[in-house]
Amino acid sequence: MKTIKNIGYVLTFLGFAFFIGSIFTGTYKVTPEAYQNWIESKGIKSEVFIENTKNDLVNQEMSSWQLSNIIIENAKASNEQIKSEKEIAWDKIIHLKWNKTSKEYIYPLIRNSATGWFVNNTTLWFFITFGFTIIGGLLVFLPDYKLLGPAGIKNNGIFQHSATNRGIIGFITAFFFIAFYFFLYFFPNYIINPILAVDGVSEGLNEFVKTFFNVERKPNDGSPASQWFLYGFMYCSVMTVFAVRMFIKYRHNKYQMIRTAVVLFFQIAFAFLIPEILVAFNKPWFDFKNAWPLNYTFFFDWSIDGLIESGNLGIFMFVWGIVLTLVVVPVMVYFYGKRWYCSWVCGCGGLAETLGDPYRQLSDKSLFSWKIERWLIHGVLLFAIVMTGLTLYLYLAEIPSWKEVAFGISGYDIQTWYGFFIGSIFAGVIGTGFYPILGNRTWCRFGCPLAAYLGLVQRFKSRFRITTNGGQCISCGNCSTYCEQGIDVRSYAQKGQNIVRSSCVGCGICSAVCPRGVLKLENGEDTGSSRTEIKEVLLGNDIDLLSMTKKND
Amino acid sequence: MKNIVIIGNGIAGVTAARHIRKKSDHKITIISGETDYFFSRTALMYVFMGHMKFEHTQPYENWFWKKNRIELVKAFVNKVNTESKELVLNNGETLIYDDLIIATGSKPNKFGWPGQDLKAVTGMYSKQDLDTITEYSKDCTRAVIVGGGLIGIEMTEMLVSKNIPVTFLVREASFWNGVLPPGESEMINKHIKEHHIDLRLATSMTEILSDENGRAKAIITDKGETIACNLVGLTAGVSPNVDFLKDSGIELGRGVKVNRKLETNIPNIYAIGDCAEQHEGIGERRPIEAVWYTGRMMGETVARTICGTPSDYQPGHWFNSAKFLDIEYQTYGWIWAKPRENEARFYWEHKDGKKCIHINYDKNTKAFIGINNFGIRMRHNVFDKWLTENRTIEYVLEHLKDANFDPEFYVQHEREIIQKFNTENGTSLVAKKKSWKRIFQTS
Ligand SMILES: Cc1cc2nc3c(=O)[nH]c(=O)nc-3n(C[C@H](O)[C@H](O)[C@H](O)COP(=O)(O)OP(=O)(O)OC[C@H]3O[C@@H](n4cnc5c(N)ncnc54)[C@H](O)[C@@H]3O)c2cc1C
Ligand code: SF4
Ligand code: SF4
Repeated sequence: MKTIKNIGYVLTFLGFAFFIGSIFTGTYKVTPEAYQNWIESKGIKSEVFIENTKNDLVNQEMSSWQLSNIIIENAKASNEQIKSEKEIAWDKIIHLKWNKTSKEYIYPLIRNSATGWFVNNTTLWFFITFGFTIIGGLLVFLPDYKLLGPAGIKNNGIFQHSATNRGIIGFITAFFFIAFYFFLYFFPNYIINPILAVDGVSEGLNEFVKTFFNVERKPNDGSPASQWFLYGFMYCSVMTVFAVRMFIKYRHNKYQMIRTAVVLFFQIAFAFLIPEILVAFNKPWFDFKNAWPLNYTFFFDWSIDGLIESGNLGIFMFVWGIVLTLVVVPVMVYFYGKRWYCSWVCGCGGLAETLGDPYRQLSDKSLFSWKIERWLIHGVLLFAIVMTGLTLYLYLAEIPSWKEVAFGISGYDIQTWYGFFIGSIFAGVIGTGFYPILGNRTWCRFGCPLAAYLGLVQRFKSRFRITTNGGQCISCGNCSTYCEQGIDVRSYAQKGQNIVRSSCVGCGICSAVCPRGVLKLENGEDTGSSRTEIKEVLLGNDIDLLSMTKKND
Repeated sequence: MKNIVIIGNGIAGVTAARHIRKKSDHKITIISGETDYFFSRTALMYVFMGHMKFEHTQPYENWFWKKNRIELVKAFVNKVNTESKELVLNNGETLIYDDLIIATGSKPNKFGWPGQDLKAVTGMYSKQDLDTITEYSKDCTRAVIVGGGLIGIEMTEMLVSKNIPVTFLVREASFWNGVLPPGESEMINKHIKEHHIDLRLATSMTEILSDENGRAKAIITDKGETIACNLVGLTAGVSPNVDFLKDSGIELGRGVKVNRKLETNIPNIYAIGDCAEQHEGIGERRPIEAVWYTGRMMGETVARTICGTPSDYQPGHWFNSAKFLDIEYQTYGWIWAKPRENEARFYWEHKDGKKCIHINYDKNTKAFIGINNFGIRMRHNVFDKWLTENRTIEYVLEHLKDANFDPEFYVQHEREIIQKFNTENGTSLVAKKKSWKRIFQTS
């Protein structure tokens, strides 16, 4: 069993090594047609830039780093030259921004210019990266069925292991997570080879859908993988492997088994397969479970237009998106608590509950962090509402979003800031990248505007609570330690008070790890007092409370 | 404003302090020698096993004490002078009090075994014990745990989690059978063995042998067998930690003798928690109750007395809980190891051998007396209510779904349980659907 596990580690390591190593290899060759298309689609007007890059790029073999450098250096040179002229031709300036140029300018060109081994061997390439890591991951986790002993809570050594206690392995892992998000969001031009690993999957899936549903084919309607396809596929694979880990670790706990299976299903079906199928049908990519304001682009002009232009299905999607936020979400929270979304359906939650499970204990439990949490998460909610309000106003008033609204700021600027700071940095880089350091729900706890909204409903109008079992709590602290949302569960349980907190995502782990059977997640009658009452003394103390009214000295 | 001094920062002392603060402006000082801050003793095992860090065992953040004006002094009290109302600390300082609360907890029993003070021989009670165990477990090739109670099995679990081979000596013929009836006790025996623990029933230790460095190297059992080991856990129960009060004039039995108001024989001195001994057990309870929640309840009570509402310590229906490796245990009401004259029993065990319930009831009136539930969680408030309302076993079984406290989606066994009862008793009870109304109804 131990051997199998070790083989698993080696395979996983190899898969990752290939995956990461490939960033530094591979040759790219820009064909004249690709070049021409690129110049046109990007609307580049600087003659100097075009002439120089044409010479340096077209039909030359080079690495992605060289290619990217050439474009940026030439753009800078061209800008300088244009600006040095008396009359500045502003339309010829190529606007450079570290977080945009690479993905918007360079990536499209380089994506179509890969040559050599990686392009010609997508199946093998897929196998030695994804194949190795997935099989390796399974080999690492499956033996736990035997190795961990009889079913039960097995958190042995978590705070004594470097990977799960902010040790060196934890920091290295975080470094890789963060680096991955930086490449994905801002520098996809350097991860073409990793993207190529799933090219076959993307094409195959598209082909399969078209054949299966008999969709009419058009020339050139293949579906090469984008960085987002890579991300989606990785997301699903990682979740699957770590869901297997959950299935083994919590095999005695049916709540955990079912919850994990359901959240995995929603990720694979709703966030990955259905959108890809829609695309194969030439419909907009749409995730039916992704509710505004988590899905902050839902009311952006291009999104609304895209949906409305897509016929009845598009209109349905638009209406559904609104109904989801305004009706489905609050009604479901009323009956079941926000858990129905956050730990049963949501993709961010899904990753946090699978890949993130080994890091749940790292969330900060102090009162101070609870304060920060309330300011931050409601701040983001406010930001999302203001941004969306403005966007809708501009849209309905038919004011173009790039136009200045006030202080030199346009609606587009605000959207961009939100996308950058909240959508990319907070949700991705910090939210997931920092799993091994801050715990697995940083985004869900401090940032997610949808969670803030659900939380308000849960706190003030819901049947959901975690019931505390009378006087049974021994203040051991397992519940607080393993609460990924940093809720000090014990501080309620030891007072005999039920836990009704807006941030609770109902993962059920506090209840699972409690050694005394003190906590139960349940949806009961919404009698305010039964949910949140604090008793003078806990159940079990039959002290004569009536004499309480006597005067104290 | 009174000057209240509390000796001991365990659950009893700290609860008293918190409640006094809630009700009054008295000056509060807690003296304790073990740790700077209150921590949960019950979680020590989880620190060793790596489930938690030590700071996670502290239920309050460090700023809490200052904010609530509870002064903390880290020292041991060597002597109490009841005449001058003065405490002498082990650092030489003295401290005066108006009211004194003694909450010094317990210490592990040692029965004068030869070798009991050797290195790597330890109880499992304090933070210091935990440090000792951590230290000596590093190169431990085999450990022997002496004493089959709740702490014994916890210490066994701790060491097993580090893959240390453990021999578990239990004096009784079956695990904890002074408390557990045979069915449950046997179930736990099996579970212990499932974890590859060398369980030795009906075996006790007579001697611990030393190596050349004064560390334990083996133990000898009453069967004459020598078991090589380099860590020995002494977990044969605890007794009140009151030796420092010997000549103080405060009346002592095994613990500090107190009346129902938790007052000692000396005015303004109270004792609560593990170290307090009632003149007579309350109801079926023992005079000394070394469990977490009784310490808490005594703290709640004494705070009221000190703050001007003299109150009797009035524990309600007995309950408790524990966990034996992977099997959780709860109990409500009384169910003794052996049935008494008027009692009948109903036992159901699940086929996987990890869940069971055992109900104790009156033969004649059918009144429900108590339940042990293993592997199934039950609602405290529901059983408490049933005990108060003096319900019959039939009523309890029919409404068992109200009491079920297992997480959602867990397989429920009420029907199977009732079927077994019906077959054995010729009744035709039917399980009623769970009702929120009944659950929250206060009688
Ligand atoms: C390993 C373990 C597991 C347990 N698990 C459970 C459980 O699951 N459920 C349950 O109900 N109970 C459990 N118990 C029992 C429970 O922990 C005790 O009943 C409870 O802690 C007693 O609280 P207390 O406040 O009376 O005393 P303590 O917690 O013992 O606190 C007394 C404090 O006073 C200090 N002190 C003693 N003498 C002096 C002095 N002269 N001067 C200054 N300070 C002094 C001590 O160092 C100690 O810090 C467990 C006990 C142990 C050891
Ligand atoms: S309180 Fe419990 S259920 Fe809620 S998020 Fe924390 S661990 Fe999960
Ligand atoms: S895990 Fe259970 S017993 Fe421990 S502090 Fe939390 S509620 Fe109390």
